[in-house]
Amino acid sequence: MDSVAQRSFDVAVVGAGPAGIAAAVAASRSGARVALIDDNPAPGGQIWRGGASAPHHPEAGHWLDELSKSGATFIAGTRVFYAHNGALEVESDHSLCQLLYGKLILATGARELFLPFPGWTLPNVFGAGGLQALVKSGLPVNGKRVVVAGTGPLLLAVAAYLSERGADVLCICEQAPISQLRAFALALASFPRKLVEAAQLRFRSRRAPYFTSTWPVAAIGQERLQSVQISDHHRVREIECDFLACGFHLVPNLELARALGCRVMDGCVEVSEFQETSQPGVYCAGEPTGIGGMELAIVEGQIAGYAAAGRIISAKQLLATRARNRKVVSALKEAFALRPELATLAKSDTLLCRCEDISLADAQKHASWRAAKLHSRCGMGPCQGRVCGAAAEFLFEWTMDSSRPPIFPVRCSSLAAISSPASPAPRLGGSP
Amino acid sequence: MSETLTVRVNGTPVAVSVGSTVAVAVLLSTGVCRASVSGQPRAPFCGMGTCFECRVEINGRSHQRSCQVMCEANMEINAHG
Repeated sequence: MDSVAQRSFDVAVVGAGPAGIAAAVAASRSGARVALIDDNPAPGGQIWRGGASAPHHPEAGHWLDELSKSGATFIAGTRVFYAHNGALEVESDHSLCQLLYGKLILATGARELFLPFPGWTLPNVFGAGGLQALVKSGLPVNGKRVVVAGTGPLLLAVAAYLSERGADVLCICEQAPISQLRAFALALASFPRKLVEAAQLRFRSRRAPYFTSTWPVAAIGQERLQSVQISDHHRVREIECDFLACGFHLVPNLELARALGCRVMDGCVEVSEFQETSQPGVYCAGEPTGIGGMELAIVEGQIAGYAAAGRIISAKQLLATRARNRKVVSALKEAFALRPELATLAKSDTLLCRCEDISLADAQKHASWRAAKLHSRCGMGPCQGRVCGAAAEFLFEWTMDSSRPPIFPVRCSSLAAISSPASPAPRLGGSP
Repeated sequence: MSETLTVRVNGTPVAVSVGSTVAVAVLLSTGVCRASVSGQPRAPFCGMGTCFECRVEINGRSHQRSCQVMCEANMEINAHG
């Protein structure tokens, strides 16, 4: 077999959002040779997509600048599909590489939680962050009528962003009740900056009414979206629109952590004081350790970066800041807890798995996620359950207990080229 | 206005701003990326490379996630809903 290109680094960081960038900068500053790998063409992750030009994220410019000065090697457009002990197999559109590392930092971020409802597969139904990402990637929305729905602070940010780009945001439907949002505001009292930010977002989206205790129940249309039905429990209203931007807050990307055998508790990667996972030498920072937003991700990334590079004193200096920012995790969880009605939106013929077109009824027949996969092909398509798996966790309380390689769809030739690096046995965790 | 470039979606020229992804070119033209396994039209959804709904053929290579690929001048995109 042809040998695959090998590159060697002291520290490999997977994911170039705020946590990954902060980790890469901290480790590089400490003298380590660092690789920062991301699936996207540019660093920044989802929140800093669009880079330093993102006008409402002054931190983006600072950290992207720090990254470019740090000496870390940014490896763009590249996916990790297999993890050994000490090496990652990575693929880009045109190349394949085995990346040897001394320490590994997982900063794989989060994705939106999507829940099925009738019509959710129609063209022009997007994730909330999904539509924002597409607009940041060049999609014009001038004059488009948009309904923003779901839950989480992202809804406000998306509505503000779309409004400023000329979209006619018809309404923002937040499923959480006003009581929970008030409690959230109180919990953020010690984070005045976050409250100011929220107020600014609301001001920027002020033309769109903000409905609480309101959620989407169906998307209507033939070949594409024509209208959205929303419910506030008392009545259902139908709103004609061009786009629906709908997401139910975030779920961490745990595939790589699980493949490496890192312990996961309550949907989050367990980490030590210095962000080290249950696997020695493997660190984790940002959303996978608990959804807590950018500030927490940055400080966790810095701690992981310093710790991975052996600079424990530098890492220690950040522990108090992290402890303060960690309070956001539980506040978010409580404020945007999903109401039980959301588990009843999908009808028996509503698709749960969008890759394999498996209906709710066909998946629901089975006792577990694994049984549903084996017998119905639910979660077996190209997204590998990244969409329907998280939905099934909420709908059926199924748990995703393992992640099997390849953890990302790859070319057959890339799979065929996998070879063990220094150590003979690949270390892959989880049950078979 | 920002600079534009032209790609072809199913043979028809589409102008997009420089820096746009292929998903944007598809949304500005046919609006549909692919037919699902049961024949339903599907279009970009998550916008960030995880859902795989936006798969299209780009310059002869199939199953490319259009939201993760930048448009280049004269790119040939096949999106068949």
